[in-house]
Amino acid sequence: MFQNLLPIGIGILFGCGCYLVMRRNIVRVLLGIMLFSQAANLLIFTAAGLTPNLPPIIPPDALTVEPPYADPLPQALVLTAIVIGFAVLAFAIVLVLRAYDKTGHDDLDTFHHSEN
Amino acid sequence: MPDISMLPALPLILPLLTIGVLLCLRGGTHEAWRHGLNVTSCLAMTVVAFALMAAVSEQGVVVLHSGSWPAPIGITLVVDLLSAAMVLVTAVTGLAVAIYAIGYGTAKFRGYFAPLFQALLLGVNGSFLTGDLFNLYVWFEVMLMSSFVLVALPGGRPQLEAAVKYLTLNFIASAFFLVGLGVLYGTMGTLNMADLSVKFSESGTTTLGATSAILFLVAFGIKAGIFPFYFWLPSSYHVTPTPVAAVFAGLLTKVGVYSCIRAFTLVYAGYQDLLGSILLPLGILTMLTGVFGAATQFFIPRILSFHIISQIGYMIVGLSFFTRGALAATVFYIVHHILVKGNLFLIGGVIGRKQGSQDLLKTGGLYRTAPMLGVLFLIPALSLGGIPPLSGFFAKFVLIREGVLLGEWLAIFAASAVGLLTLYSMIKIWNEAFWKDSPDQWNSPERPAPVTMIIPAVGLAACTVAFGLFPGYFFGFAERAADQLINPEAYIRAVLQSTPESMP
Repeated sequence: MFQNLLPIGIGILFGCGCYLVMRRNIVRVLLGIMLFSQAANLLIFTAAGLTPNLPPIIPPDALTVEPPYADPLPQALVLTAIVIGFAVLAFAIVLVLRAYDKTGHDDLDTFHHSEN
Repeated sequence: MPDISMLPALPLILPLLTIGVLLCLRGGTHEAWRHGLNVTSCLAMTVVAFALMAAVSEQGVVVLHSGSWPAPIGITLVVDLLSAAMVLVTAVTGLAVAIYAIGYGTAKFRGYFAPLFQALLLGVNGSFLTGDLFNLYVWFEVMLMSSFVLVALPGGRPQLEAAVKYLTLNFIASAFFLVGLGVLYGTMGTLNMADLSVKFSESGTTTLGATSAILFLVAFGIKAGIFPFYFWLPSSYHVTPTPVAAVFAGLLTKVGVYSCIRAFTLVYAGYQDLLGSILLPLGILTMLTGVFGAATQFFIPRILSFHIISQIGYMIVGLSFFTRGALAATVFYIVHHILVKGNLFLIGGVIGRKQGSQDLLKTGGLYRTAPMLGVLFLIPALSLGGIPPLSGFFAKFVLIREGVLLGEWLAIFAASAVGLLTLYSMIKIWNEAFWKDSPDQWNSPERPAPVTMIIPAVGLAACTVAFGLFPGYFFGFAERAADQLINPEAYIRAVLQSTPESMP
């Protein structure tokens, strides 16, 4: 059940992210890239396979863990991606705030002083 | 023979340590120390890069298994000839920019530039050295994070607006990269590039494999500034301070091109027909749109920014052929372009310092007051346009020769026409800044440029001339690098079959 719902949820997240990124309001763009990166994180997680209730822990009486078990690597990858995405997003929020202070606008159509 | 097992990590450790010390040396009283350390670190990196180059020339491929984890499990640093060349040219550009930055900018800029600059070099070097695709993503982010701050650092309205655009598009590129990684890991179960190469050759081409290849093409394409994705580049590079613009122009887009080369020759070797058929039209369009964009501009950094795009097009066209000669031409082109384009930005900054503006409508008469600067400008400018005997001529010549051999007439025609139009833009800068009389209403007394701004430009111009005088030597090197790219067996063997030294 959950395995089927998750791809649909990721699709909705990507769709919302795309829609928001194309808005002119700078805060919505920010929310859009946030949704976009979270959807990407979930996609890594899902694409690598969902294996519930099978931790990759070696049992006390064995030397190796026998498959099937949950692959820990995608979780490590996603964790790294979340941390990086969080840092970039934190910077992006401050940047957008500074840009708003400086320009007095939250409309990206007024952001053309770097074009000429 | 000395122990070189840790050598591939040194280009990463060196800037990392430097950042730490530089962050302790804050404030105006330590400024001389900061600059000294910045330059010394870049000098040391150049020495390390030469040592790395010597080791690679001798051994073929040098591998470091970090933490002594064997290859598909741990992160490996892999240095082949292309990586070594990229690290070397990064170090040389870094050294030039570090010297240039001594006499540049406001106190606030000088206070923060050095550590951010070292972080940028750290990310760039990491991208060139890693043998793991997810690790490449992490290095991309290290590089991007410091570049975001460097764009926004001056804090004016144009810089903040440019930083918003730059950040948004690069964030989206990173998301595409992550999606590609997810699809790839889901289908292949590994992200080590050598391991992926083996598994792809076993499994043959699949739809999901092609999907991940296209996702990477988009992600790397945004970073490299390929045709439909380049719009962030000309609206952000020209508002940054000159040392930042020079290092961005030289290195950042080339990291995207390098990643394309690495991924598409090593991992996606089986998909080269598909990728070539996409890359070739994109490359041609990149060349044309870049050069036409530049033709209408009158602000020196903006002209040069558009020319980055058009020159990226040459590299993409070279890559799209996927032959030994074309890859050699691409490698030669990348190295030539880093040195030339970085230098043009630096010289543009000298013009701006002397005349108070880099706007061509406000400059003029420099040939009368500073004739040697004119000569200094003409060397990289004519090289970019492809005038013999400078490096750009040989770069374009080998690329077009390969196009003739393959019968790609459209690409040859575009490459020749773009070369001519590039020359037009360079001559425009020459006419407006050097040749015409100084416009009266802007006739402010000319300011001298400090010698620290001239030395790096002279050094980089000397490299360009050396490339032009000994093209056979450098092209021979590029051919050996291309051999390694076309036949990745040595790379794969070095990564997967070398056993890490056991822990003490």
